[in-house]
Amino acid sequence: MKQTAIIGIGMTKIDAQKPRDTFADMAWEAVTRALTDAGIGFDDIDNVITTSNDFWDGRTISCMAVGDASGVRHKNVSCVEGDGTFGAFYGLCRILSGAYGTTLVTAHSKGSESVSSLITNAAFDPLTDRALGLDALTAAAIQAGMYMHRTGTTPEEAALVSVKNHRNARHNPYAQLPMDIDVEDVLASEVIADPLHKLDCSPVSDGCCAIVLASEERTRKIGRKPVWIKGVAFYSDAYYLGDRNLAEAPALVKAAQSAYAQAGISNPASEIQVAEVYDAFGFQELMWIEAMGLCGSERAGTLLASGRFGIQDRLAVNPSGGLLSGHPVIAAGLIRMTEVVRQLRGEAGAYQVDDARIGLAHGINGICGQSHCVWVLGSEQ
Amino acid sequence: MGKRRVAIVGTGQTLHRSHRPDVNGQELIHEAVRLALADAGLTIADIDAIVIGNMDHFEGINAVDCWSVDGTGGTMKPVIKLTTGGTTGSTLAIGGVHLVASGMFDRVLIVGWEKNSESDTTGAITTAFDPVWDRLVFAGAISGLAAEAQAYMARYGATDRDAARVAVRDRRHACNNPHAQLHKPITIEDVLASPMLADPIHLLDVCPRTDGACAVIMACEGVAERLAPVPDWIWATANRHTYTYLGDVNWGELDSMSEAAQELFAKADIREPRKQIDVIELYQPYSFAGIIWIEDMGLVERGKGAEYIWSGATDMGGELPINPSGGVIACNPIGATGLIRCAEAALQIMGKAEARQVPDAKVAVSTGFGGCMWTDMLLHGRNKPDF
Repeated sequence: MKQTAIIGIGMTKIDAQKPRDTFADMAWEAVTRALTDAGIGFDDIDNVITTSNDFWDGRTISCMAVGDASGVRHKNVSCVEGDGTFGAFYGLCRILSGAYGTTLVTAHSKGSESVSSLITNAAFDPLTDRALGLDALTAAAIQAGMYMHRTGTTPEEAALVSVKNHRNARHNPYAQLPMDIDVEDVLASEVIADPLHKLDCSPVSDGCCAIVLASEERTRKIGRKPVWIKGVAFYSDAYYLGDRNLAEAPALVKAAQSAYAQAGISNPASEIQVAEVYDAFGFQELMWIEAMGLCGSERAGTLLASGRFGIQDRLAVNPSGGLLSGHPVIAAGLIRMTEVVRQLRGEAGAYQVDDARIGLAHGINGICGQSHCVWVLGSEQ
Repeated sequence: MGKRRVAIVGTGQTLHRSHRPDVNGQELIHEAVRLALADAGLTIADIDAIVIGNMDHFEGINAVDCWSVDGTGGTMKPVIKLTTGGTTGSTLAIGGVHLVASGMFDRVLIVGWEKNSESDTTGAITTAFDPVWDRLVFAGAISGLAAEAQAYMARYGATDRDAARVAVRDRRHACNNPHAQLHKPITIEDVLASPMLADPIHLLDVCPRTDGACAVIMACEGVAERLAPVPDWIWATANRHTYTYLGDVNWGELDSMSEAAQELFAKADIREPRKQIDVIELYQPYSFAGIIWIEDMGLVERGKGAEYIWSGATDMGGELPINPSGGVIACNPIGATGLIRCAEAALQIMGKAEARQVPDAKVAVSTGFGGCMWTDMLLHGRNKPDF
């Protein structure tokens, strides 16, 4: 893969509700920040990818709403539907193809204007599954039960993810839910879908994120603090829940292995210092850590309970507070990438991971993580 | 280092009908995928990645990239979804070009599909518009087209009879295309006597609603030549998506087409498009566009579109045949429609267009229209592009 870099990042604060902002307002805020961060203007942007979802936005062709704010006029533009990591992937391909030197990628959603259960229920087969009332939350509860049963992961260990991430969020000014809680608080919170308690689940959120990708040549010209793309891959598992072993994530295993191979990483657990993973639910962080080979052959829950994966650990997981501390879907994965960029630049302030040189960002599409996208980023070219 | 060249090596189109109750969405997709794989002499194991798209609200299925894997064969493969409204199909094609050209994948399967019979098309399209400013006064597909047609007619004196000539052309061409939905030729009088939907657009001026899917396989240089005797090389792509609000549009001209065409032709050094291009598959959802947009594309001067159409130049056998397939007026499974234009252009270049073949087609243009007043364009050639 030719050398490419992320040369600008920008995001809104993640909020439970942004009643003052339209989609375009959020996009404008994120885009302006990304351009300012990169020290460039719209004239330096060769093409644009917006990322959105018509169901979450309640609009057909939802990308139409943010075109102006993303500066698409007189430029080539395309629109990815799904998580922001997938939008960024297409943006990267447009640079690697040689067609463009820079790509602006945006991703947005407003959970506050949406009904998550109906929207995610619509991802299930209309004939066989939808009428059962399944949605992202209830499906995740099934997955949690299977994962915990198969691996022996305890509710306390899963709750520790929430404790760690909400505490990490106290240092992140963009986070929605900074909280100082303990395991008892999580387990005492309302059961949403057994075994998931309210504090095991990520919140409903509004937000937008934008990044600027650039070729090596353009990075040399305009990149002030580039973070380099070392590897990226994505794979989709089967669709029907009954066709999958929900306790495992083979698509993530394959995506991570492919991304590591591109990045020349043979031992991810020791070579990666920071990982921002898709912790829509506490147990999923543990599951994804294991699938991505970030804890060797050990159980992630055991390691977490022994004090691993904190900001000061040799592998920090979700030092930003993760999605448990703010989860604007679609933008979520792009925010993971943005947080890793912050870490690799050494600009993460009070949640800075020491000596972060290689970082991993992770996004998902579909129910229970059917499709996974893994990015490996590095501070050195 | 030079750019990586990309070619289309196989295409597949389903049986397109107003209603396909014999298949569900995944089966419809599978029908197109199977045909495209067979056309390229490949199996699903040879496919490195899949690009898919449709209009979410038409079938009411969220996360179609995930839902569709049993139809596309995408299980344990990279699958990505692009969607831009009417342009979705051409957006997918452009996406396929970039994915292969990036060097990340050698063989990419591109799938556009729609089961319009399961949707309230206008109801869904209405939600594309800003809920506060545009939705209550303007929303829907045909209102924007009627506004464009009226503005053009006011400016240049064109008539609905001129437009009907375009509809007659496309419906006649469609009779040569087994994949078209509508196979009955029509007359100008038929068009003018058909019900008025939105002045000046008659029923026979516009596209039908179709169930259908299209699949296209693209491969990189080195692989493409082995898969297809005559690959369809993609010389360039360009697009513009400019509309956010109703007031953004220069009604009567399609600015997105003007800008995209200028960029596309500049990239491939096309200076005299009428002489250098052999055939065009124009995403033309209604007849007036067949007059207006060829002006925006730079084929003829402003106001001269109707004259050019009446001359027969765009008919089969004319100077520059447009829509040998019968185009969108004869078949419109929306998420597939733009990709069908691309596939039909590929068939022309590959010499596989059978009864609708333009003799010795060496350079073709395919376009997509949608979003609102958006344009995608691809330039196809029999020779490898010289970048």
